[in-house]
Amino acid sequence: MSDLGTSGEPAGTEQRRDPPAPRQLARGGGGATAIRGGVHTDLHHDSAIKHVTGRAEYCDDIVEPVGTLHAYLGLSTRAHAKIIDLDLSAVRAAPGVVGVLTADDVPGVNDVSPTGRDDEPVFAEGKVEFWGQPVFAVVAESRDAARRAARLAEIAYEDLPHVLDPQSARDAGMPYVTPPLTLKRGEAAEAMARAKHRIKGRFNVGGQDHLYLEGHIAFAMPGEDDDVIVHSSTQHPTEAQHMVAHVLGVASNAVTVNVRRMGGGFGGKETQMNLFCAVAALAAKRWNRAVKIRPDRDDDMSATGKRHDFVVDYEVGFDDEGRIAAVTGDFAARCGFSSDLSGPVTDRALFHADNAYYYPDVLLNSHPMKTNTVSNTAFRGFGGPQGVIAAERIIEEIAYHRGLDSLEVRKRNFYGDAEDGRNVTPYHQRVEDNIAPRIVAELEQSADYRARRRAVLDWNAKGGIVRKGIALTPVKFGISFTATWYNQAGALLHIYSDGSIHLNHGGTEMGQGLNTKVAQVVAEELQVDVDHIKITRTTTEKVPNTSATAASSGSDLNGMAALDAARQIKERLTAFAAERWQTDESQVRFIANNVRIGGETVPFADLVREAYMARIHLSAAGFYKTPKIHWDRASGKGRPFYYYAYGAACSEVSVDTLTGEYRVERTDILHDVGRSLNPIIDKGQVEGAFIQGMGWLTTEELWWDDKGRLRTHAPSTYKIPLASDRPRIFNVELASWSENRERTIKRSKAVGEPPFMLGISVFEALSHAVASIADYQTCPRLDAPATPERVLMAIERLRE
Amino acid sequence: MTSVTMTVNGKAASGDVPGETLLSDFLREHLRLTGTHVGCDTSQCGACVVHVDGKAVKSCTVLAASLDGAEVTTVEGLANGELHPMQVAFNENHGLQCGFCTPGMIMSGIDMINRYKAEGKELTDDAIRHELEGNICRCTGYHNIVRSIKDAAASM
Repeated sequence: MSDLGTSGEPAGTEQRRDPPAPRQLARGGGGATAIRGGVHTDLHHDSAIKHVTGRAEYCDDIVEPVGTLHAYLGLSTRAHAKIIDLDLSAVRAAPGVVGVLTADDVPGVNDVSPTGRDDEPVFAEGKVEFWGQPVFAVVAESRDAARRAARLAEIAYEDLPHVLDPQSARDAGMPYVTPPLTLKRGEAAEAMARAKHRIKGRFNVGGQDHLYLEGHIAFAMPGEDDDVIVHSSTQHPTEAQHMVAHVLGVASNAVTVNVRRMGGGFGGKETQMNLFCAVAALAAKRWNRAVKIRPDRDDDMSATGKRHDFVVDYEVGFDDEGRIAAVTGDFAARCGFSSDLSGPVTDRALFHADNAYYYPDVLLNSHPMKTNTVSNTAFRGFGGPQGVIAAERIIEEIAYHRGLDSLEVRKRNFYGDAEDGRNVTPYHQRVEDNIAPRIVAELEQSADYRARRRAVLDWNAKGGIVRKGIALTPVKFGISFTATWYNQAGALLHIYSDGSIHLNHGGTEMGQGLNTKVAQVVAEELQVDVDHIKITRTTTEKVPNTSATAASSGSDLNGMAALDAARQIKERLTAFAAERWQTDESQVRFIANNVRIGGETVPFADLVREAYMARIHLSAAGFYKTPKIHWDRASGKGRPFYYYAYGAACSEVSVDTLTGEYRVERTDILHDVGRSLNPIIDKGQVEGAFIQGMGWLTTEELWWDDKGRLRTHAPSTYKIPLASDRPRIFNVELASWSENRERTIKRSKAVGEPPFMLGISVFEALSHAVASIADYQTCPRLDAPATPERVLMAIERLRE
Repeated sequence: MTSVTMTVNGKAASGDVPGETLLSDFLREHLRLTGTHVGCDTSQCGACVVHVDGKAVKSCTVLAASLDGAEVTTVEGLANGELHPMQVAFNENHGLQCGFCTPGMIMSGIDMINRYKAEGKELTDDAIRHELEGNICRCTGYHNIVRSIKDAAASM
């Protein structure tokens, strides 16, 4: 089709040169006493050089075999309707089209429900239940041809009544998509009745689109027998494997799913990629050609799930000092047309409805509502943020009622310890590692909170148009999958006879630096420079039955599994060295690219070579399962979390009270990652999570019209934070003194999700600025996201 | 089919492509220069930014056929034996996570520095934030991206 210019070589390839990096294998020498890239060091992301030179390979960059076809989805244009007639003749006749796929073409089961509830068809059958639901796929010689053809379908619908939001769903008596959860401790109703003060309120908190920069994509290649290989950008290759097998009606052992890296995930690629993998695989087997599917951004946002929005009805009882006596809460979520992960997401909203606060008597209920919208899914925090912000709203209510600084109310309600008994959560787990008070106290000092709050109050007292607000909010976040069996991981480690190391594990890389951290763990254990460890793509062929890279658990689980594998090989090498050098195993030590054996120092690679010649097994499969955790959902009791991660943020904002526009002047963060495996990567996670959390609560508004059509389906209408939205001053620190009291990987803590909730400080600072309009007498009725429009409406309400 | 001839990363590149072929597709599919990413398909996210005749352009918005004779530089064409100062800065400042926006950020960063230098203006933090409004990043929170560009400006 095209020639490649006069040189016959693609332009730019001659410059695809590796940066100067140590290629020489570990032969010791040089007198170095420390390895490069051990744990607790600032090692750069393993793909950084590839990213800055454009050489990192994403799914869409994989070389396409000759004859590759492209699939595209045909989406419904009704929120809820019967399909009377599906006429795809014009689609079939369009230029370049090879064929179409509908529910009738599914050889296995037409379902990709991740929890086995059989409620999520690949292709709609008989009826559609949201605007944007896949009805068919068209397969063509080019993506452009498939995309154009998909628009030519003639579908006749008979409209049915639709319900879009959780409150309307409850009013209309819509069913739950999955069984609800109740968390109960004590007698909340009686304690509420006894409480000196009571406040009831309702808070609406919006959803959020993931807006990963790389959208959904799957690329399937057919093989012999039932085999198919699917390259994809999924956080959960094992689930994609099972789903493809389920849809094709073949055994899981016929399906291989590969992921080298994702261009962002954030939970949006935990289950939502299953459908794309299934469609690509289905088409690949049907036409015996490679098939790629990549929706455009508008279809990606219309057809795939998002963060759940919630309507929270709460009541809190408290005393004169603002100390909480009882809390009740009803959490109704927009789950969409199917269950997807809505069960565990709405569960986690309840698990975090206490945030860092002790509720003496408490009753919490979830209401996972069915709605005629896209099925909502995992998103960083997994329902937790919606619970945490409800807790923070309750604190704010109390503070305005009592005329107190909200930080003071927070402190008075923090979890205590075993001695005072104020350490039991609504799910009966004891909080044993509470460092929220210390984190908050240190941030209060370093952010100069007292003086700055005084200055904000003084500024507002002048009564100008621009008002300021400040808030300091904590976060406590439970770490572990609440599905206990998910808390397991595997790794596969090979050492080749030249001493080079091949590392594979079940986690997936989406930018969070997981591969870098796991390689650091192996480098540390074997005492070799990290450059000798080759990080390889995640594949269901090497490590089976993996869990999603989700729940912030990636390095906790996979780091431990890799450590187990490294230790196995190290033990074999140690035994071999002791035998060969005629010394005791206690006299064998791995030190900086060498092994000290008795009085002799042997380069690591030399020892490996000798071990190979002596027929020592140099490959190991590692495994890990999180200890101590258990959870009985029926009784609402257990220890679902291995430990908690903590953090706090202080934000100051300025609000234009004539327009509702605002900006974040300054944010200070102190966050707990235990003993960081890699501080520079962890800090990056904290910064990014904060900004993403701020976006959720400020500019990111999902908006459906009355027909149920999502009208914010591209960055043109859906506004994620820009560089210009960053706080003017942004100070981020890790709590360097923190160490996980549990035996996690090198005493570190999970970092992916917890700092997301630091963005709540911006929301409460906005609320504070708004409250100044009525001299802080009333807690503003401010729903999230606090768009300038909502901020202005909240101001106007206070002026009435 | 339209015949297109341009210089890409200093080398002649030509091809017969459908008239509606976007520059991003021409680079990615015909020249296999896959460092230029397509994020939103609608010229908002900036992952596809390249330089055309020395100026930053969103390659998903321009037709390859309209660039006959043009000189195009992609992220693959920056390093000349050693990394470009902007590439060094993004690596050293951890200015990336998933990396998908990175090529566009780097191309936009170089463009803004060149423009400000040519006009004799100072590239302040505020200016960098403003100039980056056409490039979105979902991972980093921009903190280290702004730092990277600032660092590179000092060494370019």
